[in-house]
Amino acid sequence: MNLLEVLRTAIFALRGNWMRSALTSLGVIIGIAAVIVMVSVGQGTQAEIDKLVSGLGSQRLDISPGAGRGPGGGGARMNSSSFFTLTQDDAEAIRNEVQGVQYVAGALRGNTQVVLAENNASTNWQGVQPEFFDINRWEIAEGNVFDAQDYSSADKVVILGDSVRRTLFGEDGGVGQTIRLGRVPFTVVGTLAAKGQGGFGQDQDDVVMVPLETGRRRLLGSMGLPPGAMMQIALTVTDPKDLDYVQGEVEALLRQRHKIQPGAEDDFNVRNISQIVATRTATTNLMSKLLGAVAGICLVIGGIGIMNIMLVSVTERIREIGLRMAVGAGPRDIRRQFLAEAMLISLIGGVIGIAIGIGGALLVGKFSELPVQLDGQVVGLAAAFAIATGLFFGYYPARKASLLDPIEALRQQ
Amino acid sequence: MSTAPAQAAPAVILTRALGKVYSAGSEAEVIALKSVDVCINRGEFVAIMGPSGSGKSTLMNLVGCLDTPTSGSYHCDGVDVATLDAEALATLRRDKIGFVFQGFNLLPRMSALENVAMPMGYANVPREARMRRAREAMAAVGLQSREGHLPSELSGGQQQRVAIARALVNQPPLLLADEPTGALDSKTGEEILALFKRLRDDGHTVVLITHDAEVAAHCDRVLVMKDGELHEGTLQEGLHPPQAAHA
Repeated sequence: MNLLEVLRTAIFALRGNWMRSALTSLGVIIGIAAVIVMVSVGQGTQAEIDKLVSGLGSQRLDISPGAGRGPGGGGARMNSSSFFTLTQDDAEAIRNEVQGVQYVAGALRGNTQVVLAENNASTNWQGVQPEFFDINRWEIAEGNVFDAQDYSSADKVVILGDSVRRTLFGEDGGVGQTIRLGRVPFTVVGTLAAKGQGGFGQDQDDVVMVPLETGRRRLLGSMGLPPGAMMQIALTVTDPKDLDYVQGEVEALLRQRHKIQPGAEDDFNVRNISQIVATRTATTNLMSKLLGAVAGICLVIGGIGIMNIMLVSVTERIREIGLRMAVGAGPRDIRRQFLAEAMLISLIGGVIGIAIGIGGALLVGKFSELPVQLDGQVVGLAAAFAIATGLFFGYYPARKASLLDPIEALRQQ
Repeated sequence: MSTAPAQAAPAVILTRALGKVYSAGSEAEVIALKSVDVCINRGEFVAIMGPSGSGKSTLMNLVGCLDTPTSGSYHCDGVDVATLDAEALATLRRDKIGFVFQGFNLLPRMSALENVAMPMGYANVPREARMRRAREAMAAVGLQSREGHLPSELSGGQQQRVAIARALVNQPPLLLADEPTGALDSKTGEEILALFKRLRDDGHTVVLITHDAEVAAHCDRVLVMKDGELHEGTLQEGLHPPQAAHA
């Protein structure tokens, strides 16, 4: 029997019990749709991580004050002077004494109210050193970065992130205008090119930049920071291969500068982006596996549905099988016929499932926080799963039918 | 078509010491068939008679290539079936044997024509040719006006004619009918038997399995099964000279 004929016979058989065929397909539909949605979410999450890596760079180290986040860290350290352990001098020492460092910049940060006439918004400010812009890959859209005078004399100048600029000035300009940060008037000297959403989903453009000393004197207020204290030091290395070496050197230098005894805990924390990414990737992988397992279980249940209904069908149609064998159908023909029916159920389920899965993934992308990435690979994978399900779960009933004894089969009433 | 079989043509059914034992060696061992020797030539119309339990179903299954013997040999239209596997047996049935059952065994959701065409699907006959030959077969049993009907829309006699058309459609040398009139009233049964006679006249070989002497009386030759042994029948004396079928 040629394939077209087998297919024709299978369609005829399925139509005879179309309700049952449709319900059996439903299992596959749900399974395949689940596979598509789950894989799309998994891929979307991975893409976010990749974006995070490329956004922050893999040659970057972040030093924050206080003990590490590892075991034993995060204990009670109430006193701010023992918390704000990083200083401007530390940054200078790193720049001068550690080989392979490209850029170093310290920063202070806080929240403030930006005001222009009746427009105002709450935003983050960052008091930065010059190389901060290079390290964080900020580009100036309009105007200029701060000049040496701005840094040294703590001038009241500000560079606006794109979101803040839009809030205050709409589509156009802002450079040269005067705004207030809290109660202090500042001159806008530049605006930043938009970066968009960050790897953690936050708006990176909701920020304003001021020179470090300006921030310390005008915006920090009375937090009681020790003189020269920094909330963060970021640095990049010239060659990404040196990252581990530089990290070791920086840690050694800071321990020495902070007079930490051997065996005592660091009062600072050096992290590189690969560690953050590793954590995130591990989380994502776990999530992907869980989602994959859920989709897989859906598909297995769908497959069991197919097998179940095909077994019922074989039993119900035992006389038909006997007759077909009597008139010349060989075991191979019978096996093909039932396998074709199972495949058809799973293929139809697969096609509908793919359509629903794509729709579902788009809806998830639109109405939830989860990132979604749909591509042809996912659809191909789902189609392959549908075919594999039909083959795997259809084979046993088909084989069972093909092994029937025609005499016994014909005798059944 | 209605020419006498050539001398060179092999017997349609030729058995030598054919035996069948079920559950051999166990306590439930049943010797269903004991050393049956029979030769049926082309163009014959033969009845195999016997009460239930006599082994005639077993003989029919063997002759119909649905089962293989445990001893002896069977040549179906010259082909030795002893060595064939399930796949090859199916091919042999497709090409050599047309079955007619007591219960018609039509597929209920297919039209009469599709039922008749169905066996040709397994012979890879192109769809066009299949439909043409199915129509010819329907015409041969006098049902050309019922092609599109479902089996449930046909009378018992018509259904059995459809089944006969289906049996004829692959042009097999042997037509094997198992109690073909068993589910029909006597008048319709007579019609079916008349159809078989016409097919015989057209050169078909018809073997009819029945327990009914009246039905067997229509045949040219009667073989009687008893306790697993086959004997040349004595019901029809005068119809034809006794043949040495039983050694």
